Amino acid sequence: MAARESAEDRVAQRSEHILGADQLGKLIVALVRKGYAVIGPTLRDGAIVYDNVESAEDLPAGWTDEQEPGRYRLKRREDEALFGYALGPQSWKSYLHPAEVRLWSAERQGGTFRILDNEAKPECPRAFLGVRACELAAIEVQDRVLLKDKYCDPIYDQQRRGVFIIAVQCTRAASTCFCASMGTGPRVPDGFDLVLTELLGSKGHRFLVATGSDRGAEVLTELEMVPATGEDCQEAGASVEAAARQQVRSIDTTGIKELLYENFEHPRWDYVANRCLTCANCTMVCPTCFCTSVEDVTDITGDYAERWRRWDSCFTQSFSYIHGGSARTSAKARYRQWMTHKLASWIDQFGSSGCVGCGRCITWCPVGIDITEEVQAIREGGKNGNP
Amino acid sequence: METLERIIAEHPFFIGLDEGFTNLMVSCASNVRFKAGNYILKEGDPANTFYLIREGKVAVEVLAPQRKPIIISTLSVGEILGWSWLLPPFQSKFHARAVDDVHAIALDGKCLRTKCEENHDLGYEVVKRFALIMEQRLEATRLQLLDVYAVK
Amino acid sequence: MIMATAITTDPMLPQPYSVQEVARETPDTFTLTLKPENEVDRRLFQPGQFSMLWVFGVGELPISISGDPALHDRLVYTVRSVGQATHSLVNRGVGNDVGVRGPFGAGWPVAAARGRDVIVVAGGIGLAPLRPLIYHVLQNRKDYGRLVILYGGRSPRDLLYRKELATWARNRETQVLVTVDYGGLSWRGHVGVVTTLFKYSRLQLAGSVAMVCGPEIMMRFVTRELETQGVSRDDIYLSMERNMKCAVGFCGHCQYGPHFICKDGPVFRYEQIRKLLEKYEL
Repeated sequence: MAARESAEDRVAQRSEHILGADQLGKLIVALVRKGYAVIGPTLRDGAIVYDNVESAEDLPAGWTDEQEPGRYRLKRREDEALFGYALGPQSWKSYLHPAEVRLWSAERQGGTFRILDNEAKPECPRAFLGVRACELAAIEVQDRVLLKDKYCDPIYDQQRRGVFIIAVQCTRAASTCFCASMGTGPRVPDGFDLVLTELLGSKGHRFLVATGSDRGAEVLTELEMVPATGEDCQEAGASVEAAARQQVRSIDTTGIKELLYENFEHPRWDYVANRCLTCANCTMVCPTCFCTSVEDVTDITGDYAERWRRWDSCFTQSFSYIHGGSARTSAKARYRQWMTHKLASWIDQFGSSGCVGCGRCITWCPVGIDITEEVQAIREGGKNGNP
Repeated sequence: METLERIIAEHPFFIGLDEGFTNLMVSCASNVRFKAGNYILKEGDPANTFYLIREGKVAVEVLAPQRKPIIISTLSVGEILGWSWLLPPFQSKFHARAVDDVHAIALDGKCLRTKCEENHDLGYEVVKRFALIMEQRLEATRLQLLDVYAVK
Repeated sequence: MIMATAITTDPMLPQPYSVQEVARETPDTFTLTLKPENEVDRRLFQPGQFSMLWVFGVGELPISISGDPALHDRLVYTVRSVGQATHSLVNRGVGNDVGVRGPFGAGWPVAAARGRDVIVVAGGIGLAPLRPLIYHVLQNRKDYGRLVILYGGRSPRDLLYRKELATWARNRETQVLVTVDYGGLSWRGHVGVVTTLFKYSRLQLAGSVAMVCGPEIMMRFVTRELETQGVSRDDIYLSMERNMKCAVGFCGHCQYGPHFICKDGPVFRYEQIRKLLEKYEL
């Protein structure tokens, strides 16, 4: 991860501006006019879900979330903040690395076959509105896995190319957030076209906005804005710092690779295994989990076949199956595989941690297993066989 | 006899044993040959001889009713055949059949075990050497039991 | 002969290959010879690499290439029929097509082993991914020292490539030893696990390069025996196997500790995976 510069350094490099809250709607419209499909936070099924937004009315104004291990509730705020929540269950992975996608189709021709159509469908370019620091870090992690390793995933490449990113600085942390300890937030460093910080102080509902690219700056020309004052920047910086201080959870990543590699038989794994349902929720909500499986299907005539790719999870029994049986049959082995991969092996594979500290796995685990607690327990406990 | 002496003295089993004793073993040793198909040892027979294989292959096998003989393992050049002479009831537990023409040195197990009873230091050295052979065969047998190539 | 890097077409799309021959090796194992439908697809591969073979509408499987790397017009695979997918593959029929993706993976260290004595230890179908290596060594005989091939199978009728084993044994400075776990009445060869063959090797094992392939348990005890015989941990190579779906490092299924078997393997130096082999349910 790149070193973090101070808020002051950032201010000195870019000219910040202030947008009135009403300008958000205009921003969305400006992007739509430029041909982008805008994806942003919406309220659905009692959660914040990233979906198409056409106007500011689609955004979850005045809502926040309460997150605990195994618990997620939306609550009304006392103001009309548009980004007053932390994170929903789903990440931008749903768009960049889709859950279900057809890789190609083929038709049978006598004893042979012909691949019919394998071009990833071009879609209209997307703008992601409301990308948090941890999410940007997660996108960067997946870029490394799917674009910059030995092979390049053409589907991810196509979805990723040209995405317009409007990042949002976090001014509030959920209790499950621990990005500060993972070095991925809450401050957004770079990698965006525009970055917003929502201000709800005495001067009313406004946004501090900074550009990160030429096309970001170009979009802003369609909005009404005034230059930000030093005071505005201070207010913004302070609220981001407050979000960092608000975090109650953390992972001490010192020597974490060796810690997990060397504690393969730690009794804590049994303790976790007694609770883990291997439901795979954590891998579904995790923004960096990338495992997939392929399925070959035919139509009823058997003359037409398709290959589909779907999200898969290392928590399933069949994930490690080879003839004779699965390599990892116990829940213990599967939980240990996930956590060791995420926090340790990933470093050997891709040069960084696979975890960005978003806390989704903690919130969405039905039995509330907390990855930060598990690391801590392995570090200190278990010496007397006590988990 | 000179060749026999050298072969025995240089065999891993005899290295480090008292020289006087080795000479005694040599004096009771003889060259033997078995034609392919003949039995060298038979289950239940008194066990008084063990063999140092010089040429050919020997199959250790079990004769079971209504079945062809089951080969448990084969031994070949440089290996020692037979240890039942060392422990009571001094009876062979398996058949040993020459798979091809076998040339071996026969060693007097009865003489050796009498000497071991008289001289426990010698006895310990001999038992240690046979324990090693047994351990190697046991390990190999256990691995064979795993049937690793079978379709599960 | 310089081993060229294989030219791959799109690694995600199966290319149609025609089944030229299906030879029965054992009651459940068959060797398929495939030739590309498209002339442009020259088939170069490194010994130890594998392909993803696709049967239309049924599924795709990772299968090691078991043929001669010097023959560029074909790809040969030895497949054991153990389930629905392998069954449909071996029953594809001469003249019909199979989809091929690849070749993938890191192969046997043919370059690093030059000038050294080579010991090949194979168990069961493990001889199949080693056969291209054996062909390579025998065709480039002066580039390598002595060659010892130790092969263990379940029973005499489960042994692969029996005629070739006899042919290989006739090469200069080449020794071939075969054993089975269960002999029959007519079997006049060795009976016992493959490690029992070490003592009959004419080769001084210490200082040689060892290449091992077979069931994981077998590779573990063979490696232990090789070390006892003085072969260095950096000179022992194993071919590992795990579930594979994509073969290009994206699906995540083939991970073995931090390694992706499809990219970092399937051939590994023993020292790389020594600690992983000891871990149960890794």
